[in-house]
Amino acid sequence: MSQFLYIYRVTAQSRQEAMGTPERAQQSMQRWMKWMADLDAKGHLKDRGQPLENTGKVVRGQNAVVDGPYTEAKDLVGGYTIVEARDIDQAAELSLGCPILAGGGSVEVRPVMKMDM
Amino acid sequence: MELSEHLFRRESGRLVAALTRIFGIHNLALAEDVVQDAFCRALEVWKVRGVPDNPSGWLMAVAKNRALDIVRRERTARTFAPELARVLESEWTLAPAIEEAFASPVMRDEQLKMMFSCCHPSLPEETQIALVLNTLCGFGASEIASAFLVGRAAMEKRISRGKKILAGEHRLFDLSHADFDSRLSAVRRALYLLFSEGYHSASSETAVRTELCGEAIRMTRLLLEAPAAAQPETYALAALMCLHAARLPGRVDVSGDLNPLLEQDRSRWDRKLADEGLALLDRSATGEVVSAYHLEAAIAAAHDAAPSVAATNWTAIVQLYDRLMEVAPSPVVALNRAIAIAQIEGPESGLEALHAIPDAGRLSRYPFYPAALGELELRRGNLDAARSHFSSAAALARNPVERRFLERRANVCATE
Repeated sequence: MSQFLYIYRVTAQSRQEAMGTPERAQQSMQRWMKWMADLDAKGHLKDRGQPLENTGKVVRGQNAVVDGPYTEAKDLVGGYTIVEARDIDQAAELSLGCPILAGGGSVEVRPVMKMDM
Repeated sequence: MELSEHLFRRESGRLVAALTRIFGIHNLALAEDVVQDAFCRALEVWKVRGVPDNPSGWLMAVAKNRALDIVRRERTARTFAPELARVLESEWTLAPAIEEAFASPVMRDEQLKMMFSCCHPSLPEETQIALVLNTLCGFGASEIASAFLVGRAAMEKRISRGKKILAGEHRLFDLSHADFDSRLSAVRRALYLLFSEGYHSASSETAVRTELCGEAIRMTRLLLEAPAAAQPETYALAALMCLHAARLPGRVDVSGDLNPLLEQDRSRWDRKLADEGLALLDRSATGEVVSAYHLEAAIAAAHDAAPSVAATNWTAIVQLYDRLMEVAPSPVVALNRAIAIAQIEGPESGLEALHAIPDAGRLSRYPFYPAALGELELRRGNLDAARSHFSSAAALARNPVERRFLERRANVCATE
C-alpha cells in the first residue's frame, strides 16, 4: 500500500452552493461523513488531515510577502487528507466519491514520494 | 459523532435570535450572515475532522466570537441593539453581554420575541408564516417557495418585504407589552395555518408536508415554554396539532397517495403523539373559553380514540361540529359536519346537510365539496351522479396527489 495526499480545492461558488440553506449544509455534511466513514471502514483512511483557513500570506522573498491567496481566486486549497491505496489509479478512483466534486470543487490526488534508501 | 437531524436548521433559528439581541433587529441580515459564516466554518472543519461532541456548542462559540469581532470593529460606525448600546461600548461589559445573549433562557425568549414580531398585524398572514419559517425554522426562501407552490422570486420578495417591516419596528416585540394577548392570538393563528398548510396539501411532497407540521408543533411547544403564552388556547392548539399529526402516517400511503380517514390503516397512527395530544388537551381544559382550537382538538381526539370507523363516536363528533359552527362558522366546518351526520343517519341526511350549507358558494373551488357529494351518492348507489361529482372534484384538484385520489374515486364508480 502507498500513501496519497488528497488536496481539496474549492471555489467560492462551490462553497456557496454547499451552504445555500441550513438544510443544504446538513446534506453536504452528511455526504462528507458518509464518504469519510466509507474510506475508514475499507482501511484507506491514513490521516483525516486538517481543514485550512481560506487566507494567509504568500511569501515570494524578503520583500515579497503579500496577503493571499484571495477568496476570489479560482480555486483555493480547503484542506487535505492522507489515504492509503494500492496505486494512483485506486487512489483516484476512491476520490470519485468525494462530495466536493458534486459542488464543482476538485480533489488533487498526489502520491507521497517514497524514500527508498 | 452522528449529525442530529436538521441540526443546522434548528440551530439557525436559535443563533439568529441570539445575534439579533446583540445587533438589533435592523441588523437582521448581519445576524444571518454571521450564522451562515459559522455554518460554512463548521462544514469545512467537521467534514475533515468529524462532528464534534457538542456541535451546538461549537457553532455557538464560533458565532459568539464573530459577534465580538464585529461589535469591536464596527461599534463606532454602526448602531447595534439600542437596549444594549451602553453595554456594548465598554470592553468590561461587552463579553458578558454576548455570553448572556447565548444563554438558553435568553435565547428562548429572543426566539419568542422574534415569533411575535413576525406576526405583525400589518403583515399578511402568508408573509407571517414565511417569516417564521425563514427566521426561526431556518428554511431558505426556495424551500418555502416549493412548500407553498409559489415561485422562488415571489417568495423572496415576500420575505424581504416582511423583513423590512420588522426592521422598521427598531426593536423586537416586547413580551410584557399591553398588546401581548392580541399578538399571541395572531401567533397562534399563524402557527395553525402553518400546520394546516402541511397537513392539508398545497404541496404534493409528503416529506415537505410532514416537516411543516413538525415545525408548527415545535414552535407551539416553544410558545408553551413561556408562562405568559401557555394559556388554555395555546394548549388546545398544541393538542390539536399532535392529535392530527398522529394520523399523518396513515393519511398518505407508501406510494404517496392520499387515504381518506374512513379507509386508513389505524395501526399506522402514531400512538405516542396521540397520547401527548390527549395530555395537552387535558391541560387546555381550564378557564371559561372554549375556543375553536379546543373543539377541533376534541374532534381529532374522538377520531384518534376510535379503533375503527364503525366504533367512532359520531354523535359526539356531530355535537362538537355544532358547537364549532357557533364559535367559528365556515363552509368547510359545515361540510365536515355533514359527513359526520351521514355516518349516523345515512347518505340521504348527509346530502341534505351538504345542500343546506348556507354559503356553499365559497366552496365552489374546493375539490372536497363535490368529492363529498360523490361519496354520499356512491354510498346510496347513484353511480352516475357520483362519478360526475368526482370528475368535477378532480378538475378542481390543487395538486397531483389530490387529482390521483379523486380520479381513482371516479373510476370506482365506473367499475361497480
